[in-house]
Amino acid sequence: MLNTFDILETIRMIQDECLDIRTITMGISLLDCIDPDIDKACEKVYNKITTKAANLVSVGQQIEKEYGIPIVNKRISVTPIAMLAAACPNDDPVKFALALQRAADTCGVNFIGGYSALVQKGFSAGDLALIKSIPEALSVTTNICSSVNVGSSKSGINMDAVKIMGEVILESAKVTADRQCIGPAKLVVFCNAPEDNPFMAGAFHGPGEPDCVINVGVSGPGVVRAAIAKYPDATIDGIADVIKKTAFKVTRMGQLVGSRASQMLGVPFGIVDLSLAPTPAVGDSVAHILEGIGLEQCGTHGTTAALALLNDAVKKGGVMASSNVGGLSGAFIPVSEDQGMIDAALAGTLCLEKLEAMTAVCSVGLDMIVVPGDITAETISAIIADEAAIGMVNNKTTAVRLIPAIGMQEGDMLEFGGLLGSGPVMPINRKSPAKFISRGGRIPAPMHSIKN
Amino acid sequence: MRAVITVIGKDTVGILHKVSGICAKHNANVVEVTQSVLQDMFAMIMLVDISGMGENFASLTDDMSALGSEQGLAIHCMHEDIFNSMHKI
Repeated sequence: MLNTFDILETIRMIQDECLDIRTITMGISLLDCIDPDIDKACEKVYNKITTKAANLVSVGQQIEKEYGIPIVNKRISVTPIAMLAAACPNDDPVKFALALQRAADTCGVNFIGGYSALVQKGFSAGDLALIKSIPEALSVTTNICSSVNVGSSKSGINMDAVKIMGEVILESAKVTADRQCIGPAKLVVFCNAPEDNPFMAGAFHGPGEPDCVINVGVSGPGVVRAAIAKYPDATIDGIADVIKKTAFKVTRMGQLVGSRASQMLGVPFGIVDLSLAPTPAVGDSVAHILEGIGLEQCGTHGTTAALALLNDAVKKGGVMASSNVGGLSGAFIPVSEDQGMIDAALAGTLCLEKLEAMTAVCSVGLDMIVVPGDITAETISAIIADEAAIGMVNNKTTAVRLIPAIGMQEGDMLEFGGLLGSGPVMPINRKSPAKFISRGGRIPAPMHSIKN
Repeated sequence: MRAVITVIGKDTVGILHKVSGICAKHNANVVEVTQSVLQDMFAMIMLVDISGMGENFASLTDDMSALGSEQGLAIHCMHEDIFNSMHKI
């Protein structure tokens, strides 16, 4: 029997605490679209995406009405385009980006992710050309996201790729300087990239995935914060328990929506990504959860421990609620997308070094961080290398999404608008890592990668 | 298959009539109603059977939202599955 309290709790979560399904992401394999003629390949890509995802947006809207739960984004992830570009080495891969943009416009989705390359151990045909084309691809499109995997616990870190990515990020910012440097906000550099991640900008459809699949990303920082606020005197294990129970409810909703979407679209259901993804909206902040646990402001001493607790409790609560958990699953800490993080960065409480420590215990990496426009490519590469090393050694996903604010200095703000929010330019360490980065080569995989 | 309709807002004449009228129009059978009026605030939770209405649930939701904005009421119309999955193991 339905309980009045449960009904009202669910409605309060949605109405007052910003509970929503963050994204339904359809993963589509493009391996059958490979063609040595790039124009034919682009046509096949467009046709496959627009056929498979023709009803994605309308089904999403129908489910929103059926369950009364907002589904904020409907998105698509595709096979890393470098695999398609490999078949046409003499052509410009940007053509694929334009084909994806056309498909995004036709389907009505707000992002397609997968302008990607996996180069953790080295470059195969197509990889280098694709990576070098990223700045242009992100500049001439609006709804395409790009990612590059430069390292993994199994294979080490490809330092040649790390070096190039520093240059690519800087170049992406320069060519979109007239648009709030939006280019690099759509570009993620990964270590241990998950193949079934539904969240942008790092989503791509891994080569080991089925032909077509539905993945769901849930959200709900506001719900967790409100739940914690009800227990002002609980011990830390009490707090962990509250978070687990809340994560369970949120994930169950994701599981329900995902299985319904998969049934309506006739596509297998992949995973639920049980992440706490903040938005710039009031009350939808991960930083505010940490502050609710007992920190005066996010970024102070104790932040890493509180985040570790939060991240672990979210997973434990969510795992039981879903038949298949995947993607990134954990707490996100994007600075520009989280009002609490923005405030902490503006107040000087949250710095790049503290964020780096936080990435060792949460599900992502240095995310949506605005750095001064006069940063060197080598410094960006070195930040990527640090972050990739944390991921490689700790067997976890880490990522870097830095936005060099061209022509801006510390204290200025970049305004992206929408879900990407706005970010203050954060100070960086100015000593040069150029010699380290210029060496190239590969950081060998750590000892514990040899598990067989 | 059942759905839950919740209505909260300032009490006026005929709220129950209008909400159940929309249910009748869509062939949704009212199974249970709990309702209370505290001072001048009206709060109601209604359980309706939607097996008879086929795939038209979205149109019921649309009509309820329209009534809500017209009358200044917060009306939510949700499939019962969401409550069952969130609150029961």
